[in-house]
Amino acid sequence: MINQFILSLISGIFIGGVAGYLGSLMLSKRMALVAGPLGHLTLPGIALALIYGFDISLGAFPFVILGIVLIWLFEARTKLPMEALTAIVFASGVAIAFFFLPIEQAETALVGDISKIQFKEAIITLILCLFILFLTKKIYPKITLINISEDLATTQKINVKKYNLIYLILIALIVALGVKIVGGLLTAAIVAIPASSARNLAKNLSQYKFLALIFGILSSAFGIFLSKLTFLPAGPLIIVVSAFIFLISAILKK
Amino acid sequence: MENSILKVENLDVELEEEEILKDLSFEVKEGEVLTILGPNGAGKTVLLKTLLGILPYEGEIAWKAEIKIGYVPQRLPFIKDIPLSVKEFFDLENVSENETKEILKSIGVEEEILKKKIGDLSSGQFQRILIGWALAPNPEVLLFDEPLAGIDIGGQESVYNLLEKLEKEKNLTILFVTHELSIVYKLADEVLCLNKKMLCYGLPKEILTPERIGQLYSGEVKFYEHKHD
Repeated sequence: MINQFILSLISGIFIGGVAGYLGSLMLSKRMALVAGPLGHLTLPGIALALIYGFDISLGAFPFVILGIVLIWLFEARTKLPMEALTAIVFASGVAIAFFFLPIEQAETALVGDISKIQFKEAIITLILCLFILFLTKKIYPKITLINISEDLATTQKINVKKYNLIYLILIALIVALGVKIVGGLLTAAIVAIPASSARNLAKNLSQYKFLALIFGILSSAFGIFLSKLTFLPAGPLIIVVSAFIFLISAILKK
Repeated sequence: MENSILKVENLDVELEEEEILKDLSFEVKEGEVLTILGPNGAGKTVLLKTLLGILPYEGEIAWKAEIKIGYVPQRLPFIKDIPLSVKEFFDLENVSENETKEILKSIGVEEEILKKKIGDLSSGQFQRILIGWALAPNPEVLLFDEPLAGIDIGGQESVYNLLEKLEKEKNLTILFVTHELSIVYKLADEVLCLNKKMLCYGLPKEILTPERIGQLYSGEVKFYEHKHD
């Protein structure tokens, strides 16, 4: 049997790296923070998973999808700004979760716990991460053009709606996986911080993508190592390491 | 008409229950430059976007079958959020490296610019790159939306010269949106004056009378006289 620590480390590295990579795409549409509210929204799902003892990502995923659909429906109906709707929907998610979240497991729900990941769960995580990585790489140029201008993308005969849908599904997936390592509260950080650090240093798009991936991996790896040494929870440590990398990148930025 | 590239009839555009364009009819022939002239807020950009198929409309828009259209937007506010080099920008539309270099030559930009970040370009260079980007896939027609401001001094003038040169070189058809009256005389074969409705349409020297211009800009005339060359 593979050592539990190695299992956690590998899972964390995969999720962190892929979140950083996808985050680089989200940052360029000023969408990185969307992962925050979506993460908060997963809390009722995580609570259910903890009560009934199934995988928290499995609990989280339908709630992310529900959140996206709700925000989209409200937007079409009320024409209120996206951030106001997002705030309404995510706050409701947190509120509802607190009615039945088992208090002794609140930490796992809020800031994640990768240290007890099971073998089967880890394998599924790795496969999903590879799937997200592959698909993100595939849609990257088209989404980049859509991010620059939907009008230009349309003149290139790109099906904007189709690509946006794939993109949203990928975001939902990474948020659902992200709650495993950083919980429902901190998901925005694993997509936003590595990409922001990468932006500080990158001279072009390929460096930017690569650095975001690497910073995501490094943050997870060091965070999980530090957790092993200090017995502090890994989720917050990953974010702290990530923020530290950001600090260095901000200093090094020319 | 045989060499007609675009025929528009009774075009109406309404956005969020506000009438933006009313009853436009015009035709563009191959190799022609049509200037769309009007004050800010006249619906010029909306017209271009409608022609591109981005906005909903009523009436007829008939492009020549399977025509390739290049589009130079007025502004791309989000592009500077992305650390994109000029080369990577061209890569987004799947043109080969040779085609990219070819187009840089024809827009009068050095190859070294390929390594530069889009965000580090001057506004004049950026404008040229946008034109090059639109022309790289070899379109037959170019839709050009003039930026309102922010082109460095001297830059704007040379963009007009560039368009004039490209039009001849590539036998391009150009639809050119502007609020600058002086440009009309320089570039246009035909002019369409627009302020939500079509106020005039025809040869610039025949139809651009001071009364019409006054009517077009109704109180907003910034242009008092002009010289013919």
